[in-house]
Amino acid sequence: MSAPLVEVAAISRSYSMRSGMFGRSTAVHAVDGVSLAIPKGETLGLVGESGSGKSTTGRIVLGLEPPDSGEVRFDGKPMAAPGAAAWRAQRARMQMIFQDPLGALDRRLPVATQIREPLDIHGVGEPAEREERVRELLRAVELTPAHGARYPGALSGGQRQRIVLARALATKPDFLVCDEPVSALDVSIQAQVVNLLTDLQAQLGLTLLFISHDLRVVRQISNIVAVMYLGRIVEIGSADDLFARPEHPYTQALVSASPAPGRRSAGRIVLAGDPPNPAARPRGCAFHPRCPRAIARCASEVPVLSAVGGNRQVACHLVTGPQVETRDAA
Amino acid sequence: MSPLVSIEGLSVAFNGVPVLRGVDLALGKGEALGLVGESGSGKSVTWLAALGLLPRHARVSGSVRLDGRELLGAPAAELDRVRGGRVAMIFQDPASALNPVLTIRKQLCEALALHRDLSGEAVKAEARRLLDIVGIPDAGRRLSAYPHEFSGGQVQRIMIAMALAGNPDLLIADEPTTALDATIQAQILELLSSIRREMSMAMVLISHDLGVVAENCDRVAVMYAGRIIEEAPANQLFADPVHPYAQGLIGALPPLDGPRRRLTAIPGTVPDPANMPDGCAFAPRCALAAEPCGLAAPSLAPIANDRAVACIRAEASRRALLGIAAE
Amino acid sequence: MGRYFAIRIGRAALTIVLVVTFAFVVLRLSGDPALMILGPEAPPEVIAAFRKAWGLDDPIWFQYLDYFSAIAKGELGRSMRDGRPAIELVLERIPATLALTLPAFVFKVALGIPAGIYAALHRGSAIDRAVMMTAVAGFTVPSFVLALLLVLVFAVQLGWLPSGGQDSWRHAILPIATLSLGGAAVLARFTRSAMLEVLGQPYIRTASAKGVPWRKVVTSHALPNAAIPTVTILGFMVGTLIAGAVVVESVFSWPGVGRLLVVAVANRDLAVVQCILLLVALTMVTSNLVVDFLYGFLDPRLRARGAHA
Repeated sequence: MSAPLVEVAAISRSYSMRSGMFGRSTAVHAVDGVSLAIPKGETLGLVGESGSGKSTTGRIVLGLEPPDSGEVRFDGKPMAAPGAAAWRAQRARMQMIFQDPLGALDRRLPVATQIREPLDIHGVGEPAEREERVRELLRAVELTPAHGARYPGALSGGQRQRIVLARALATKPDFLVCDEPVSALDVSIQAQVVNLLTDLQAQLGLTLLFISHDLRVVRQISNIVAVMYLGRIVEIGSADDLFARPEHPYTQALVSASPAPGRRSAGRIVLAGDPPNPAARPRGCAFHPRCPRAIARCASEVPVLSAVGGNRQVACHLVTGPQVETRDAA
Repeated sequence: MSPLVSIEGLSVAFNGVPVLRGVDLALGKGEALGLVGESGSGKSVTWLAALGLLPRHARVSGSVRLDGRELLGAPAAELDRVRGGRVAMIFQDPASALNPVLTIRKQLCEALALHRDLSGEAVKAEARRLLDIVGIPDAGRRLSAYPHEFSGGQVQRIMIAMALAGNPDLLIADEPTTALDATIQAQILELLSSIRREMSMAMVLISHDLGVVAENCDRVAVMYAGRIIEEAPANQLFADPVHPYAQGLIGALPPLDGPRRRLTAIPGTVPDPANMPDGCAFAPRCALAAEPCGLAAPSLAPIANDRAVACIRAEASRRALLGIAAE
Repeated sequence: MGRYFAIRIGRAALTIVLVVTFAFVVLRLSGDPALMILGPEAPPEVIAAFRKAWGLDDPIWFQYLDYFSAIAKGELGRSMRDGRPAIELVLERIPATLALTLPAFVFKVALGIPAGIYAALHRGSAIDRAVMMTAVAGFTVPSFVLALLLVLVFAVQLGWLPSGGQDSWRHAILPIATLSLGGAAVLARFTRSAMLEVLGQPYIRTASAKGVPWRKVVTSHALPNAAIPTVTILGFMVGTLIAGAVVVESVFSWPGVGRLLVVAVANRDLAVVQCILLLVALTMVTSNLVVDFLYGFLDPRLRARGAHA
C-alpha cells in the first residue's frame, strides 16, 4: 500500500442549531472524531444515511469548511489557511463533484466555457492551449466538441455530470471528492458514469473520496469503505470484505437492507425506529436504541474504533477481534 | 380466473407528445406486480392515467377495466368511489404527500368517511386502529398532529394507513421508498408486504430500483419509452432477462457480493418522447439491433409460459446471453 | 407563542419610530416651512416670530425629541396653516376616504379572489386568458390614467356620472371603480398563481387519489393552502385603506385624507403631514400584525414554531 495522499486525523465539527425560530440553540455534532487515510490512487467510499455526517466530512477534507478540532493533511502537509496562496495551490490539486450537476453549472454559459474557467482562473497554459485542453477533457469524459458548444439545459443528466467531471479534471487534480455523484441518475446512465470514473482513475492515478448512500455503487468503485453513523465511523475495512462479512450491527443492517434481485426479503434485518437525529444524539453508542443486539454497556459507554483482524476496524462493544485489548467497563 | 385489472392499448399524450404508447397489462387478485423502468418510461403515468389522475390536458385512450368495468371515461362520481376505495395509491415524496395545514385525523377520517359506512366515534376508533396497524405509536394522541411533526418514514406509514382506509383490493405504490434512507426503506417494504399478506390485497410496486421490485413482487413488467418491453415472473426475469434492455438494466446494477466486474452500461440516452425513432424505441442503443428493428415497433409476444417480450431479436438476444454466460 | 408575538409587536413599534423619524428628517430638510407658509415676501420679523412660535429655531435634535415626547403624550401638533389640531383635521377627513376605500376593498376581494380561483381552475381557457389580460392591464396602467379614462368615457362622453366632487353617492362611483379595478386585478393575479402553485402540489393528487370529489379537493385542500400567500396581499390592501387613495382623491377632487396630504405637503404643513404619516404607518403595521396572527392560524408549521419559543 502506497503512502496516503490524504490523511484525516480526528476531525470534529459541530453546528449550533436552533429548534424553531426562537428556540434555545443546541450543539449538533455533525462530525465527531473522524480519522481516515486514503492511499494515493485508491478510493475510499464513505457510506451512511442522512445525518451521518458523510457530506460534512467531505467538505472538511476539501477545506470548504474548517474542522473545530483535528487536522487534514494533504500530501504530507497540513491544509493551508483558506485564502492563502498555498491554499489555492493545494485546492487546484483537489476538486469536488456533487449530486446535482445542473445546480453546479451555470445555465447561461456554454459548457465548454465552464470547463475552461478553472484554466483561466489558475492561468494554466496559453489561451490556444486551453482550447485544446478543453477538447481533450471533453474527449476524456466521452463527449464531443459539439456537446461543449451546448448549454447545460440542452444536455441529459448523465452528460451534465460528465461536464462537471471534465471541469473538475481541468486543473489535473490528484484528489477528487465525489458527493453522491450518480444518485440522481438512472441505472443505465449511472453505470456509464461509474465506468467512466473507474477508467479515469486508472488513467490519471486519481485518489477519490466517494460519498454515497448506495452500497452497490460504493462497493463497485472503492478499495476501502467506511460506514458512518451520527458523525462517527462505526466500521471501516476493505470494500469486498466489509460487504461480504459486515461486523458492526449497523453495517449488517445496511447490507441486509440493500435489495438484491434474485433474493426474497426473508431473513432481512429490519431496524426499528426512525433515522437518528444529530441534534439528539443518544448516550453511549449512538446506535444502541436501534441495535438489535444492544446490551447495558452500550447505553453508557461509547465504543472506540478498534482493529478486529485483517485491516478491519469496528466500533462496537460486541465485536472483539484478536488485537483488541479488553478494556474495563465504565 | 378473470383479472382484477386489465389494461389494453393504454396511450397518453401531453400536448401532442406521446408518453405512453400502447400498454397492455393484466393483474390478478392478490397479485404483486412490479413495474420497473427509468425516469420517463411511463410507469407512473400508466397508473395515474388508469385512475384518471392526470392533468386535464393529457389525452388518454385505450381501455382500463376493473373487474370488467371500464374506468376510462367513467363518470367522476364512479371514479371517486374507485379511487381510495377499491384502488388506493401512495406516492414517492412523503414530505409533500400530505396536506400541511390539515391534521392527520382530518385527512385519515376524510378517507374513512368517503369509503366506509362509519360515523362519529367509530370513525375515530377506526383511524386509531389504522395508525396502530402501520406502526405509528401513541396513535390516539398523534392523530391531532400535523404532517410536519412526523419523519419521512412515519408520513409514508400514515399514507399507507390512509390507503388502507377504503379496504382496497389493489394498492398502487409509486416509488414508495425512493426518498427514504436505506434502513427506513426496509421498514416500509416490510410493512407493505405484511399488510398485503394479511389483507390479501393486490399490489403494483412502481420503482426504478430493480432490487426493490425483485424482492417484493411475483411478476415484473419492464417499461421503456412508454411501452412494456418484457414481462416475466420476478425470479425468471432477473435470472434470465431476454430483452436487450432488460439485460442491460440488470447488467448495469453493481453487485453487492462476488467478484467485481465492469458494469455493462447501456450506451446513449433514452429517446426524447417528441422525437421517437421509428420502429423499436430501444434500437438506437441496442447492440443486437438489425435493419428490421427500425421498421416497426415490436409488440409484446409470449415466448414461454407467463413470459412475454417485445423484441424481434429475442431469440438472437437469448443466444447472446448464453454467450455471455459461457465466458 | 407569546414571545413570538411579543417580538412581532416590538418590531412593529420600531417600524413606527423609524417612519416618524424618517418623516421628520425628510420634511425638515426639504425647505423652510416659515417661508412656505408666509411666502418669500413676508417681513423678516414676521418670519422670526413664526419660527419662534413653532420652535423652528431650536436645534434639530431638540425639535426631534420635543416632537417625540409630544407624540407620546398624544399631542400631534397643530396645523401651521389654521392652527387647528392636526389630528382633528385628519380625523374629519377619514370618513370620506373610507367611503371610497372600504367599498373598493370589498369589490377587490369579491372580484379578484373568485376571478383568480376560477382562472387557476380553468387554466388556459378563454376566461383565464381574459382574466390574465385584465390583470396585466390593471397592473401596468397607473391609477390616474385609469381614472382619467373612466372620466372620459362615463362623465365626458356618456355623461352618465359626475367627474368630480362629493355631492351624492353617484360621485363616488367612478373613484370606487378606479380603486377596485386595479386592486382586483392585482388580487386576481396573486390568487391565481397561489392556487396554481397549490394545485400542483403532491397532496392535491393524494386527495384525488383517495376519492375526494374534485369540488371538495378545491375547497378543503387547495383553498386553505392558497389562502396563506393571499393573506399577505390582503393585509397590504387593508394597510392602504387610509391613504391608498391619494391619486384618485386628487383626480376626482374628493375631500379625503389623500387630498389633505397632497395639500399639506405642498404647504409644508409639517404637523398634518406627520400626523397622516403616523396614521398610515399605524394602519400598515397593524395590518401586518393581523397578517402575522392569521399566518399562525392558517399555517400549523408556523404555529408550532411559535409554540417552541
